[in-house]
Amino acid sequence: MSTIPLPDTPRSTAPPWLTARALPALKQLLGTVLPPLLILALVLVVWELACSRPGSALPPPSKVVADTWELIVNPFYDNGGNDQGLGWQLLASLQRVALGYALAASAGIALGVLVGQSTWAQRGLDPLFQVLRTVPPLAWLPISLAGFRDGQPSAIFVIFITAVWPIIINTSVGIRNIPEDYRNVARVIRLNGAEYFAKIMLPAAAPYIFSGLRIGIGLSWLAIVAAEMLIGGVGIGFFIWDAWNSSRISDIILALVYVGLVGFALDRLVAWIGRLVTRGTAAG
Amino acid sequence: MAYLHISAVDMAFTRDGQTNPVLAGVDLPVEQGEFIALIGHSGCGKSTVLNIVAGLLQPTRGGVVLDGREVAAPGPDRAVVFQNHSLLPWLTVYQNVEIAVDKVMAASKSKAERREWILHNLEMVNMGHALHRLPSEISGGMKQRVGIARALAMNPKVLLLDEPFGALDALTRAHLQDEVMRIQAELKNTVLMITHDVDEAVLLSDRIVMMTNGPAATIGEVLKVDLPRPRDRLALADDPAYNHCRHAVLSFLYEKQRKVEPLRAARAAPATPAQRNAA
Repeated sequence: MSTIPLPDTPRSTAPPWLTARALPALKQLLGTVLPPLLILALVLVVWELACSRPGSALPPPSKVVADTWELIVNPFYDNGGNDQGLGWQLLASLQRVALGYALAASAGIALGVLVGQSTWAQRGLDPLFQVLRTVPPLAWLPISLAGFRDGQPSAIFVIFITAVWPIIINTSVGIRNIPEDYRNVARVIRLNGAEYFAKIMLPAAAPYIFSGLRIGIGLSWLAIVAAEMLIGGVGIGFFIWDAWNSSRISDIILALVYVGLVGFALDRLVAWIGRLVTRGTAAG
Repeated sequence: MAYLHISAVDMAFTRDGQTNPVLAGVDLPVEQGEFIALIGHSGCGKSTVLNIVAGLLQPTRGGVVLDGREVAAPGPDRAVVFQNHSLLPWLTVYQNVEIAVDKVMAASKSKAERREWILHNLEMVNMGHALHRLPSEISGGMKQRVGIARALAMNPKVLLLDEPFGALDALTRAHLQDEVMRIQAELKNTVLMITHDVDEAVLLSDRIVMMTNGPAATIGEVLKVDLPRPRDRLALADDPAYNHCRHAVLSFLYEKQRKVEPLRAARAAPATPAQRNAA
């Protein structure tokens, strides 16, 4: 391996590039980072003040951090059974979400294409979808437990059934909104069915598909936490439930923060993939 | 036998059980290398004629014969430049031409030859500098250039232009008209162009086909534009032959086929029972 020699830059005083280019960028960064930090600090202060009096039902943030310090610094310990670090709990939940969401995405896009393409499928399936999509995730759990007779597939099914509807509906709207012009272009150059699907239909509907996928990932993360509370095992949902049963309120608060951060990250991840795939034509 | 023959075409659209005749007895032979402008008031069915030639619509009666073969479906031998460019927004300029070339010339050209051909066609419309731009990143005139390049790259027997410059500003339009003239002089394409711009029709075409007002529109007059090529828009402005042609088209459009609004109330013909019920 060879190294590329760096030119000697004066390091003792502030180099000219800092004032010329980095300073405005730094200012902009502060402009976007500072307001949420200030609000966060404000919320923490109010919370601290509100919950500091003796006999308060909820712990103040300082106590939450003190109580959960072991969990924060050791996210990946494993004492066997359910007694695992929050990192493992989150990973277990994410794994279930990944599986259920992958199923929902493939089935949702396929059904959405069918419903978007065929008037008959739309007339037949749309009423069914419209009714089923309003069923809350947890209402699916008993029937799914009865069907699968096992917690693990039931949880995945609940994620699937929660996330699939917006994906179906957005995909079908995207397919139906493909401009007639694109269809005509495809007809003039004589694309066959498979080529039309891959080269025109999917990319044209991609912005819609990705908005469905983005709603879907949010819903599936909502569903996993709820489903795990009832099913048990390793997972952030059951961790919260377990903490409630043993009155570890600080643990619950920490877990809530993690759930929120992971949900936010998942949403941004899907949005980012959408932007990448649709080359910026997708909203968001 | 003409190279392209639109032969006794009738077209009627049926909606809600009501049949509306759009075209009646449209008959037009076109020679190879001829530039035809189809002009008429909006709603007269000129786009329908073009779509029938493209194969995107099937006529109710009659048909279209191109180079001895009847047109039954859309195909690359009748490439269309659509009014609103219809580039695929997720593909770059290069890829928008490539999608057509790769499909149409998959068998006849190697990959390297196809690339060469795509670049050649984009150079021809002066878009060689923006190969990797997305349609959203280029101007309306540039998009239409790419649309033209995509159509030319299919090496069509007939080039169909559906009001190709309608959405452009006057300067850009003039610029593109000149380019289309230059390209047509070079390639000797057979062109069928829809327009509602009288100057554009006279400047570009060998014959101007004027359509009567619908419903049941047909060809009213055909005017031969006997102006020498290459044509120069500045020199033609004072040319008596040019102005004669302009006048002939204008008088057809604004005297003989004056569009009266509203159309239905002005028609003297007795209403059909269906129309009376609707009213």
